Amino acid sequence: MKKLEIIIRPSKLDDVKQRLSAIGIHGMNYTEIRGFGRQGGHMEVYRGSTYAVDCLPKIKLDVVVHDEALDKVMDAVISAARTGNIGDGKIFIYDVLDAMRIRTGERGNAAL
Amino acid sequence: MNPADTAFIIICAAMVMLMTPALALFYGGLVRSRNILSTCMHSYASLGLITVLWALFGYSLAFSGDVSGIIGNLDKIFLQGVGAAADGPVDNLPHTVFMAFQCMFAVLTVALISGAYAERIRFSAMLLFSALWMIFAYCPMAHWVWGGGWMAQLGAVDFAGGAVVHMASAAAALACAHAVGPRLNLGRVPMTPNNLPMTLFGGGLLWFGWFGFNAGSALAANGLAGHALVTTHLATAGGILGWMILEWKRTGKPTTLGVVSGALAGLVAITPAAGFVGLMPALFIGFAGGMICYGGVLLKNRLGYDDALDVVGIHGIGGTWGAFATGLFATAAVNGVDGLFYGNPALLWAQVVSIVGTWVFVYIVSRIILCVVNALVGLRVSPDAETNGLDISEHHERGYSL
Repeated sequence: MKKLEIIIRPSKLDDVKQRLSAIGIHGMNYTEIRGFGRQGGHMEVYRGSTYAVDCLPKIKLDVVVHDEALDKVMDAVISAARTGNIGDGKIFIYDVLDAMRIRTGERGNAAL
Repeated sequence: MNPADTAFIIICAAMVMLMTPALALFYGGLVRSRNILSTCMHSYASLGLITVLWALFGYSLAFSGDVSGIIGNLDKIFLQGVGAAADGPVDNLPHTVFMAFQCMFAVLTVALISGAYAERIRFSAMLLFSALWMIFAYCPMAHWVWGGGWMAQLGAVDFAGGAVVHMASAAAALACAHAVGPRLNLGRVPMTPNNLPMTLFGGGLLWFGWFGFNAGSALAANGLAGHALVTTHLATAGGILGWMILEWKRTGKPTTLGVVSGALAGLVAITPAAGFVGLMPALFIGFAGGMICYGGVLLKNRLGYDDALDVVGIHGIGGTWGAFATGLFATAAVNGVDGLFYGNPALLWAQVVSIVGTWVFVYIVSRIILCVVNALVGLRVSPDAETNGLDISEHHERGYSL
């Protein structure tokens, strides 16, 4: 099993959710986060004083998938979230040791 | 006693009272969310504390009699002899109505100062400072200008409080900014407004209340009051455009905070002039006021004091410009006094003396009071309390539970 930590533009959340749902991924968590990478931030001006706001709002999706599904999921995310501009986000991939569905006690892939 | 004048001034007094809660909205929106309640509290505390002190002895010190042109006497303490009869400083209003109208000015002036020390002052220090400041700075100033003291005898004019309200509160604000010191981490973390819509609505309510403030300062329901209403409105509109144009040119975008600040700058600038200048000069005073105050708020970065909400930049610079402009544009056709452009340089001289006198007197008195308050209760909260916000540390409340 692999866990994907997917950071995207807030405006792309619905597209990504829809595309993942279309390829059979029916569970995920998302968090509203703030951060910065290459995109940098923006300026705000209050009474002539300029403030650099370097943290921008992003969405972080956490999805755990079967090993075989990994490439398909990454393709789906890229096709939904890519605009080609700086600030599209990143995907981090981790190995997952195990999983358990609390209600039934199922383990591994069956728990997803 | 004149019933029409009385009805008008009662309503004006209520409108000026509304300016203090409006100021709470205006200032409250500008601070960080952890300090919104403490900032509103400063205005409401003034409504409570200054009203009581005004009734006990403040009114008497400002408006009863005259001791050497410096201060009033104590004949009217506890409002003795202040009743329904029209036997106060003006003979067309019940004495109570005149007293109440003036009370609202004192409340607002003290509340205005709070923009300078917002986000870091100890509440007990704020109360003690406000009480002492009203006694030793506001009452003398009101007496000098409106109670027959030396500034009035000199021939300086101040229609609705450019010196007494705006320059005085700004000089106190500068003293507070110097004495209290800058907010923790100023310049390292952005200190941006938490709720600009609140500030915009507060600014609009201030504009509304200002009609009572300026038109009411005619102290009668007459043509001069109507004239002051129109000069006030024109100057405010001019202030919006002045600030907006300059800001747009300088930073590339017009901002809502800029527009409401420009309105306030126009209001402040026209305050001393409202009942002395013509309509087109009023428009110019406001328009120039918007531009000048835009420069005024940038001063604090250059000079290195932390006047958190720009009391000096707007009320100080705008009030000074307004008092100076009154000396230029006043015309006898409006209210019997000519300025420089109408052949009377003496008025401009009197205005300059009153400007310098106000800044110097109020700044020095304020610094002395701040020293005393610091020794008695300490001006500033601890760094931890400041970081957590004054709402929690001083009042055990939060403004937002989102």
